[in-house]
Amino acid sequence: MRKYLARRAVYAVVTLLGVSLSIFIILRVLPGDPLVAILGVEGHARMTKEDRVRIMADLGLSAPLPVQYARWLRDIGAGQLGKSFFRGDTVAELITHRGPITAEIAVLALIVSWVVGLPVGILSAFKPNSVPDGVARTLSVLFIAIPGFWLGMLIVLALLFWFGYKSPFIIVHVWQDPWQNLQIVIGPGIVLGLAQGAYIARMSRSCLLEVIGDDFVRTARAKGLREGIVVMRHALPNALLPVITISGVLLGFVLGGSVAVETAFGVPGLGRSLVTAVIERDIIVVQNLVLLYAVIFVAVNVLVDLSYAWLDPRIRYS
Amino acid sequence: MAVSAAEPAVTVVPDAAPRSGVLAELARFSRRNTLAAIGGLVGVFTIFVALAAPLLAPYDPLKADFRHMNKPPNAQHVLGTDQVGRDTLSRVIYGARTSLFVAFSAVVLGTTVGSLWGVACGYLRGRFDLVSQRVMEILQSFPDLILAMAISMAIGTGLQAVIFAIAITRIPFGGRVIRSVALSIREMPYVEAGRASGGSSLRIMVFHVLPQCIAPYLVLATTHLGVAIVIEAALGFLGVGVPPPTPTWGNMLADSITALVPPWWLAFFPGLAITITVLAFNLLGDGIRDTLDPRLSPAFLRMMAGGRRR
Repeated sequence: MRKYLARRAVYAVVTLLGVSLSIFIILRVLPGDPLVAILGVEGHARMTKEDRVRIMADLGLSAPLPVQYARWLRDIGAGQLGKSFFRGDTVAELITHRGPITAEIAVLALIVSWVVGLPVGILSAFKPNSVPDGVARTLSVLFIAIPGFWLGMLIVLALLFWFGYKSPFIIVHVWQDPWQNLQIVIGPGIVLGLAQGAYIARMSRSCLLEVIGDDFVRTARAKGLREGIVVMRHALPNALLPVITISGVLLGFVLGGSVAVETAFGVPGLGRSLVTAVIERDIIVVQNLVLLYAVIFVAVNVLVDLSYAWLDPRIRYS
Repeated sequence: MAVSAAEPAVTVVPDAAPRSGVLAELARFSRRNTLAAIGGLVGVFTIFVALAAPLLAPYDPLKADFRHMNKPPNAQHVLGTDQVGRDTLSRVIYGARTSLFVAFSAVVLGTTVGSLWGVACGYLRGRFDLVSQRVMEILQSFPDLILAMAISMAIGTGLQAVIFAIAITRIPFGGRVIRSVALSIREMPYVEAGRASGGSSLRIMVFHVLPQCIAPYLVLATTHLGVAIVIEAALGFLGVGVPPPTPTWGNMLADSITALVPPWWLAFFPGLAITITVLAFNLLGDGIRDTLDPRLSPAFLRMMAGGRRR
C-alpha cells in the first residue's frame, strides 16, 4: 500500500507541474501587450513609457518567461499568490474569504448527490424496467440535460416572484451565522447535487445490475437470503467502486459548474471571483485560481484512487 | 498478390443477403430505440431550425424596437421581447444557429484531433504513448468550464476562440477512448497480416485501425455534443463566450439577469431550448451507443470516469 501511495503521489506532483506549466503557457500566449489588455488602448496610450516599464516590472511581467514561471512556482511555495491588479486584494485573501463558500457548496452537492442518487439507483436496480425504474431513469436523463445555472436562475426567479428573495451580496461564514450561511449555499448545493445525483443513480443502477448477474449473488440467493439482504450486503459493496470513481470525476463538474451556478444564484463564492477576473483579464488572479481549481480536482482524484485501492486489494497488489 | 487468381468465387458472400436500404436500417433502429429516435428527430429539427433561421424567424434578431420593450408573450411576439424590444422567438431561433455551430465545430474538431492522437498512441505505444497519456491527464485535470474560460480569455473572445476553447477540452476524451480501441485492434490478426506484408505504421493505422474506430468516434461525438452545447451556453451566460449582439442561448440568459426584475420569458425560453437540444442529443447518443457497440457502454462510462492507469 505504501508503495502504491508513493507512486500515486509522484504522479500527482508531475501532473500538477504540468498543469501549472500549461496554465502559464495558455495565459502568456495572450496576444499583444498585457498592459493593453489590462488598461485598455486609451489608458495604455495615456501612460508614459517609464510608467509602463515600471508597472510591467511591478507585475513581474517584464522578466523572461522561464524566470517568470520559476518565480511563480517559488511564490506558490512561499504561500504568496500575488494580488489582483484592480482591487488590491491579495489572491490569498480572496481564497480564504470566498473559498469556504464554494467548498461548502461542493460538499453539500456531494452529499445531496449521494443521498438522492444512490437510493434511486438501488430502487431502479431492484426492479429493472418497472414503472419506478422508468420514472427514475427519465428523471436522471432530464437532470443530466438541464444546465444547472438555468435551473438556478429559474429558482431564484420563482423565489423573487413569490417570496421577495434577494441574492446574497455579503459573505456570511458558517462560523459567523450558520443559518444565514446555509441560506447562501443551499440553493447552489442542491442544484449541483441533483445533476450529479442523476449520474450517480445511473451509474449505481448499471453497476448493480452488472453485479447482480454474478455467481456470488446467485449463491447468496440460493442460501435463501432475502432479496433486500442480497442486494444491500452482497451486491452493493461490490458495485460501489465505479460509483465512487465517477463521484470523484463529478467533482470536476461541480467545480466547473459552481462557477456558473454561483453566478446564477448571485452567491459571492470563489467562482464569481474567477469570472470577474477573467472578464477583467486580471492575469495574476486567473492564473492562481485556475491552478487552485485544478489542484483540488487532482487531489480529490488521488483520494478517490487511494480509497479504491483501500477498498479493493486487487488494485493495491497489481 | 498472386493468390487472388485462385479464389474467384469468394466475393459473393457479403451481397448474398438482400441489402436493406438506409431507410429500412433507420426504421429498425427506431423500433428498437424509440427514445433515441425521438431524440434524433428533435436533433434534426433543431438543426433544421438553425439552418433555416432567416426563413423561420418572424423578426430581425438584432433589431431593437423601443415601442415594444419588455413585452410578455403576446400575439405579435409569441415569446415576448427583451429590454430593447428584440423578439425572443427570433433570437432563440438564431441562437440555435450560433450555439449548434459552435458545439458542432468544437466537438468535430476536438474529437477528431483526440481520436487521431488516440489511434497513434494505441498503435505506436512506447514513449510517444507514455508522454501523450501524461499530456491528456494534464488536460483532464481542469474542470471543463474553467479550462474553456481560461483558453477563450487567452486567445480573445470571439466565435473562433470559443470553438477552439471547447474543442481543446474535448481532446482527452476522444484520445482515451479511441486509444483503448486501437490497443485492442493492434492485436488483431489482420493488423499482423498488414505488418507482415510490409505495410508501414502509417498505412496500417489509416487503412486497418482507423476504420474500426468510426463507431466509437460517432458515439463519442454525439455524446459530447450535449456537453459542448452546455459549455457554450455557460460561457455566454458568464459573459466570456461569443460577444453579445450575436444571439446565443447563453447570451440571452445573461441578458435576462441584468434586469432588476428579470422577465420570466427571457429566462425561461432560451434555457428550455438548451435543455431540449441537449436532451435530444444525449438520448440519440445513448441509442447509437447501444446499437453500434453495446460493449462500449460500461467501458465507456469508466473511460468517462477518467480511466487512469493503475
